Amino acid sequence: MHSLWQGKAPIYEALQKYKSIRVVPFDVPGHKQGRGNPQLTEFLGEKCLTVDVNSMKPLDNLVHPVSVIKEAEELAADAFGAQHAFFMVNGTTAAVQAMIMSVCKQGDKIIMPRNVHRSAINALIISGTIPVYVNPGVNKRLGIPLGMSVSEVKKAIEKNPDAKAIFINNPTYYGICSDLRSITELAHRHNMYVLVDEAHGTHFYFGENLPVSAMAAGADMAAVSMHKTGGSLTQSSFLLISNRLSTGHVRQTINLTQTTSGSYLLLSSLDISRRNLALDGKNIFKKVSALAHYAREEINKIGGYYAFSTELINGDSVFDFDHTKLSVYTREIGLAGIEVYDILRDDYGIQIELGDIGNILAIISVGDRELALERLVSSLSEIKRLYMKDKAGMLDHEYINPDVVMTPQQAFYSNQHSVAITESTGYVCGEFVMSYPPGIPILAPGERITEEIIDYITYSKAKGCFLTGTEDMSVKNIKIVEE
Amino acid sequence: MELWYTEQHTDNVRFSIKVDKPLYSGQSEFQRIDVFNSKEFGIFFTLDGLMMVTEKDEFIYHDMIVHVPMATNPKIKNVLVIGAGDGGTVRELTRYNSIEHIDMVEIDKMVVDVCREYLPQTACKLDDPRVQLYFEDGLKFVRSKENAYDLIVVDSTDPFGPGEGLFTREFYGNCFKALKDDGILVNQHESPYYAEYAKSMQRAHKRIRECFPVCRVYQAHIPTYPSGHWLFGFASKTYDPLIDIDEQAWNNLDLKTRYYNTEIHKGCFALPNYVKELLVSADE
Repeated sequence: MHSLWQGKAPIYEALQKYKSIRVVPFDVPGHKQGRGNPQLTEFLGEKCLTVDVNSMKPLDNLVHPVSVIKEAEELAADAFGAQHAFFMVNGTTAAVQAMIMSVCKQGDKIIMPRNVHRSAINALIISGTIPVYVNPGVNKRLGIPLGMSVSEVKKAIEKNPDAKAIFINNPTYYGICSDLRSITELAHRHNMYVLVDEAHGTHFYFGENLPVSAMAAGADMAAVSMHKTGGSLTQSSFLLISNRLSTGHVRQTINLTQTTSGSYLLLSSLDISRRNLALDGKNIFKKVSALAHYAREEINKIGGYYAFSTELINGDSVFDFDHTKLSVYTREIGLAGIEVYDILRDDYGIQIELGDIGNILAIISVGDRELALERLVSSLSEIKRLYMKDKAGMLDHEYINPDVVMTPQQAFYSNQHSVAITESTGYVCGEFVMSYPPGIPILAPGERITEEIIDYITYSKAKGCFLTGTEDMSVKNIKIVEE
Repeated sequence: MELWYTEQHTDNVRFSIKVDKPLYSGQSEFQRIDVFNSKEFGIFFTLDGLMMVTEKDEFIYHDMIVHVPMATNPKIKNVLVIGAGDGGTVRELTRYNSIEHIDMVEIDKMVVDVCREYLPQTACKLDDPRVQLYFEDGLKFVRSKENAYDLIVVDSTDPFGPGEGLFTREFYGNCFKALKDDGILVNQHESPYYAEYAKSMQRAHKRIRECFPVCRVYQAHIPTYPSGHWLFGFASKTYDPLIDIDEQAWNNLDLKTRYYNTEIHKGCFALPNYVKELLVSADE
């Protein structure tokens, strides 16, 4: 599939060479290959500290790559089927922001589902781009937001023919995919760029029988969290682009906000993980699929839980489903997902990715083992035996259509003052409120606060969701815009 | 030439047995399996280099893990054995005619195959018609059982490697569910002496206590295990091994045992003060 060339890892190889010539460092970082910080070296390991180095000629420079980083980027582009791949060290957040800021400027419109990650709305605050939200719809039973249906996107395009871009999650946190190919064609016919948040979709590029990846679907840009399911270090990520964009322009945009001290730990982890997936990804994700499938069957056998998968596919708002995501609906046993999430961690020593009001989500990836999955399944069986209760009184989550009063940027930079959340009905919100994870805003700057939203926040908090986004660390007060 | 088997009991303590002849070495899907012959301990086998069973002292372990619960409730009929690939536990259980059925669940078939070939002393009763062998993860097996067994014997390796799931809260909870209303759970409970083992022992005790109303710990002296001082856990829904022991009934069975007797039964639950303190402080 990929050329033999994929066996190379230029950044890794350059670092090996750097180590072997035993350079005497009179540059930063000041720990000088770990010698200046023995406790840190003891904790992280000498091998790690010796390659925590600065940009230099033999190691290239992330801001202006001309040698080994350039070559590693070309390899990554080849592996992902992109025109170019940028190594990102400020998280996928930076990749998402670079996508939006590369194609939208002050006053431009972007069409997006409301269930985007906060990083996308952050980009709107920075750039002054105006969001046109598409209602993603909700699966009523599970209470999870779905994908954008093609007809909804069509409507949004007709109403906003001047929009510059369409932003799509592929997949959502829960594994749901929109019809990326059709939406891409539609967008291109209307001269709009297609930007894809693939924070949870790295494996689409390497595994078989998985939803289509952004680059394969003809999209223009994709932010790919290599660290989430691809095995690289936390905070490392790829930004992929198609030939409809200029590599130079996108790099300039990235350099507006990305560090000039790119970490070689992160860069080498991207390089090595790309090599691993390019050479062995097919097998790895075959195993991941089998593990997820097995766990789902076993969880569904317990009864009460519903580990959902491709049966949700409806050809539209659930065009495809990422079956490596182990999402489990828990409300039938009378427990909110976040409650199961907490019990798993506190009583069983198992940390899963997220719990929301009705579901939990476990990530199955390149690093998983069968024995660990047996523990997860057995613990869920125990939690049902010990904690199952009547589900009456549990909140049904509906999609709350946001009333966008002003752009996120306008709201963020307006005069604001703080009021108790419980007394904020009717005001325009000046900041974010979200559960983290998943980090999808319940409220974003510029949106009208309603009774329904306050109820939802109160309920989430009572069930134990970790709420974030407000200046007030206790999330009791909220900044509102002075109108 | 001298050939020695050495197990690292701690970073600073080693235990060695002079090997007469290595008999087998293999790698299964789960672990490395080795069998040796020695003058002092006869044939012995190790998993990932850790001592499991020797011909010379296995009777102590197998007596204590089987006869203590059987003397507490001589009416036990259905037994689940988890781990125990060497067969010694099953061998002792099959001596009771009153037992009707034994499910033995061992994750690693290769362990059983190797023991059948090299350790017939322990593996000799695996073909008893009452015994049904399953080769799968014990944690998975027990999950689907409800109100099915009078006794569960957990004869596992240490809580790292393939045995890790057998020391977890979810496992003990699943065992509780799999046991009948008067069921007993007996488990290999690690050692109180060296710090690493003592930690595993405390964790196991804490988790079992959270699941079962009756929870006791008893001890035996096993020369080839780290420090020689080894513990077993006794947990049950009703029976107390000190109150409910039916001495006469057990002695009437007239089983010849080399370690266990009903005096030992009563004495083995008496623990040294430092062990008692470890058990009490297991919560912290």
